[in-house]
Amino acid sequence: MSAKEYRTASSARGGLLTVANVPNIAFGDRVHIRDQQGNTRNGQVIRSSDEEVLIQVFEGTSELDLESTWVRFLDEPVEIALSPEILGRIFNGLGEPRDYRPPIVSSLRRSISAAAFNPAARTYPKEFIQTGISTIDGLNSLVRGQKLPIFSASGLPHNRLAAQIVRQAKLPDDDSRFSVVFAAMGVSYADARFFQEEFASSGVLGNVVMFVNMADDPPVERLTLPRMALTAAEYLAFDLDRHVLVVMTDMTHYAEALREVATAKGDVPARKGYPGYLYSDLAEIYERSGRIKDRHGSITLVPVLSMPSDDITHPIPDLTGYITEGQIVLSRELHNQGIYPPVHISPSLSRLMKDGIGKDFTREDHPHVSNQLYALYARALETRNLASIIGADELSTRDRRYLEFADAFENRFVRQSEDEDRSIEETLNLAWDLLSTFPPQALTRVNETEIAKYHRQSV
Amino acid sequence: MNTTSNKKGKIKDINGPIVTIELPGVQNGEQVRIGSLGLYGEVISLEGNEALAQIYESTEMVRPGEPVEGLGHPLSVELGPGLIGGIFDGVQRPLEAMFLKAGDQIPRGLSPLPLDRDKVWHFIPSENLEPNMPIINGAVLGRVQETETVEHRILVPPNISGELIELAPEGDYHLEESIGQVRDQQGEIHHLKLYHRWPVRRPRPYQSRDNGIEPLITGQRILDTFFPLLKGSKCAVPGPFGAGKTVVQHQVARWANADIVIYVGCGERGNELVDVLDSFPKLKDPYTGRPLMDRTLLIANTSNMPVVAREASIYVGITIAEYYRDQGYDVVMLADSTSRWAEALREVSGRLGQMPVEEGYPAYLASRLAAFYERAGRVDTMDSGKGSVTLIGAVSPPGGDFSEPVTSHTKEIIQTFWALSKELADARHYPAIDWVDSFSADVGTAAEWWHENIDREWEKRRSQALGMLARDAELSRIVNLVGPEALSSAQRWVLEGAALIKEGVLQQSALDPVDTFSSPQKQFMLLDLILSVYDAGADLIELGVPVQELSEMSVLARLRRCKELYDSNQIDQLKAFREEALNDFKEIHSEYAQRGEQPA
Ligand SMILES: Nc1ncnc2c1ncn2[C@@H]1O[C@H](COP(=O)(O)OP(=O)(O)OP(=O)(O)O)[C@@H](O)[C@H]1O
Ligand SMILES: [Mg+2]
Repeated sequence: MSAKEYRTASSARGGLLTVANVPNIAFGDRVHIRDQQGNTRNGQVIRSSDEEVLIQVFEGTSELDLESTWVRFLDEPVEIALSPEILGRIFNGLGEPRDYRPPIVSSLRRSISAAAFNPAARTYPKEFIQTGISTIDGLNSLVRGQKLPIFSASGLPHNRLAAQIVRQAKLPDDDSRFSVVFAAMGVSYADARFFQEEFASSGVLGNVVMFVNMADDPPVERLTLPRMALTAAEYLAFDLDRHVLVVMTDMTHYAEALREVATAKGDVPARKGYPGYLYSDLAEIYERSGRIKDRHGSITLVPVLSMPSDDITHPIPDLTGYITEGQIVLSRELHNQGIYPPVHISPSLSRLMKDGIGKDFTREDHPHVSNQLYALYARALETRNLASIIGADELSTRDRRYLEFADAFENRFVRQSEDEDRSIEETLNLAWDLLSTFPPQALTRVNETEIAKYHRQSV
Repeated sequence: MNTTSNKKGKIKDINGPIVTIELPGVQNGEQVRIGSLGLYGEVISLEGNEALAQIYESTEMVRPGEPVEGLGHPLSVELGPGLIGGIFDGVQRPLEAMFLKAGDQIPRGLSPLPLDRDKVWHFIPSENLEPNMPIINGAVLGRVQETETVEHRILVPPNISGELIELAPEGDYHLEESIGQVRDQQGEIHHLKLYHRWPVRRPRPYQSRDNGIEPLITGQRILDTFFPLLKGSKCAVPGPFGAGKTVVQHQVARWANADIVIYVGCGERGNELVDVLDSFPKLKDPYTGRPLMDRTLLIANTSNMPVVAREASIYVGITIAEYYRDQGYDVVMLADSTSRWAEALREVSGRLGQMPVEEGYPAYLASRLAAFYERAGRVDTMDSGKGSVTLIGAVSPPGGDFSEPVTSHTKEIIQTFWALSKELADARHYPAIDWVDSFSADVGTAAEWWHENIDREWEKRRSQALGMLARDAELSRIVNLVGPEALSSAQRWVLEGAALIKEGVLQQSALDPVDTFSSPQKQFMLLDLILSVYDAGADLIELGVPVQELSEMSVLARLRRCKELYDSNQIDQLKAFREEALNDFKEIHSEYAQRGEQPA
């Protein structure tokens, strides 16, 4: 098919280019734009009629002039070339190498906007992943095929936590490790460097595909980047039978890029200037995780996002929470107390935990222990609040026990070091150490058999 | 349908899911197929020879100039045996069949028929019908056993009535075979089949509306006992993410005493539908003992599927619900989430350049919501039976803010409001239904049922519990200002009592095998037990027993666990425990009474 080339650009504005009188151009078509310096930019058709075609230019439209701009329609959707060689490589948001090595040559090319999985083709994710981190394994367990984001904020150690998960994640009685797809959008040089060194030092680099868009790279490329990364992940998982862990950071930069383009297009904003379709757009990304019938591989997704002004009700964390299967929320307060990882358990949740833990998966007491810790900690935080008003001395002995529990919980259970890889057994035993500071009758979420077996006073 | 006469035209403009087509003679609302892939869509506005169509599938790589075809009918569903147990997408494409045919991902332009044409059904004609009788639309022609639980009544389609000319004898039939003939007033003869089609945006007719008289029993204490919902009523479940809307809806789908359950996953997670598909065939309906899937039907338009089909999905669901209602059944339809439907509406209206009024939503949001909920109700069917559709919609307010447009408009329409709270969910108080924000307009009607069937004290006990919870909130505010010392013993006992109600009655884990379902009997027993213990304690406090001594009674810990120790069949054991518990209080009572008599 001969690609068509035109010099009929009629307007350029904020990343969008209009070209007049170009018939029969496909919606979603990939575009090359040659500017007056002879440099090629990339774009995609986002509206098409016989009179006029609207193109989203990934590198932006600055310094384009309408006279000498040539537009070539490639007659193909945005695609990525796939082969086992992608492991160990680094690409940009368009799937081009950014590691000074040659592009992937393969006859297998896939459109990055995959059709939705048929719900009837899915299987329910159930296999417990041990991350070695107590607040996750014990209280917000991750399972293979889950999408579980980290809600963070500027200055909090989400990158270190994500790296620790990548380093330690495995099935409890299986030493095989995950293949990793790493998608970075709008990250700083230091952050990109941090991950690269992390992967290198833990010896997984050959098992990682990186897609990187730096803070000073074109924002529009952030829109294709996660789709490139997930298409690669699907290939690894469902063509090559691997278990893939996808880490995406920072989804906030992605959403901001989407807002920028939406504003330029004149889309009606919903909240805080974000377009109404932000939910569906994020869902297209997040729902690509999961398990599929009769396929061996899986895609587990850990997106990282920073909550603007630490606000969990901001549209980005809010809509993410409405799509993902839970969230791990980091807290500035714990971080300021020097606690790593500063996981605030109250707003954290794993929805897929229920089928992946307990007898036959982790340990029979796990579900109840998790509930009990949650209930005690909620009560303990209320007590701490009360103590800050009326003074700890005014508290009853019963209440003081809750105060002590809060401290012990944060310092012994939540806090762990970056290279501490706790088994689920260790995590649950630690939990019982804390539960045993209460008399058995104060523990109504665990049952009597569990108390008899694990409560220190009963043993 | 006569395909040769279909209107032909071409594509003019593609703007995501909104496509301008040139198709002279096309009608508003008509189904179209566009492009070389034949993608399905629906006309939403007309302007001269041009029309705007919303497309149910991705329009990637579709071009201006490609052909368009008008199908001559609006979006309709097939109604007949074979629906129950199935999973369909937002425009009723059978997802199981598509998976077998096309693999993991949903291909474009593929449209297998919703109902299986190869399947044979055993049809038994209605005994009271004979040839040459007049017959009305909606009359029951006969029945087939659709699943072990559901007897499917074959209806005369709503737009046909006249004289029954022929009715097939008992026997095995395919869907497309004629099972009867009706001659209408104009003399036209209609061949009736086991199924018919009906446009989803048009409510199905019934004789008259009736008031709800009986509560839907869901087996969830906070719902049935505190915020009852009548069969045929409408209900909203709003709450921030992770608060438990889906779990509430799944619990209702599992345990409600309905004949048919239709669950519409509208813009939500794929895995949540898999959860239903996996678990329901293994779970037993507490009323019939049959697998739950035998009465359940799923409509799935997950969040990553095209938004236009999402807009259609709830109409597909409600039309199927009305169809079973017309057979004389009590149907429950659950929509998770109506906010995603409203957002689909917003997205289409935005692309059409319509003037947004609030948060980008079009001005017709409120009227569309009202018209949708209006399709719930208890009716006299055309065949003079009673049927009902109970509608329960989840609402997902941005940032958990109930003042946003979808929540606030919905709140004005519904009868029962199960409001979920983030604070309760964060403390793992499940179901996280807030007893202050929630309401039911039908407590009075529900009370009649409870008084007649369970216990005359129901309404009294319910009010007492709610009163204590309100006192608890007040007293807790005082404690938070000046500390617990400021409270009297009686007041502190109220706090204990409220805690017992919260833990022993309100909290109910969906995951606990014993407590996941609580019969009305058990619900009342637990409530009455805890309030009786509270009352006994309050008497003791008047006698001067220190609240400390009561709080430390070991029977209270057991009281909190009662719900998980005794299932709905162990009412006798629960009664025995009640005796035991109240005895402990009596003992203290006599102890103190004696002390009071003897001078110190
Ligand atoms: N009654 C319950 N019993 C036990 N667990 C519950 C109950 N209700 C909610 N949960 C817990 O809360 C989690 C979140 O609930 P759910 O998925 O229903 O939230 P949601 O309100 O539908 O959220 P979203 O709007 O994001 O879909 C569940 O995965 C479960 O762990
Ligand atoms: Mg939900």
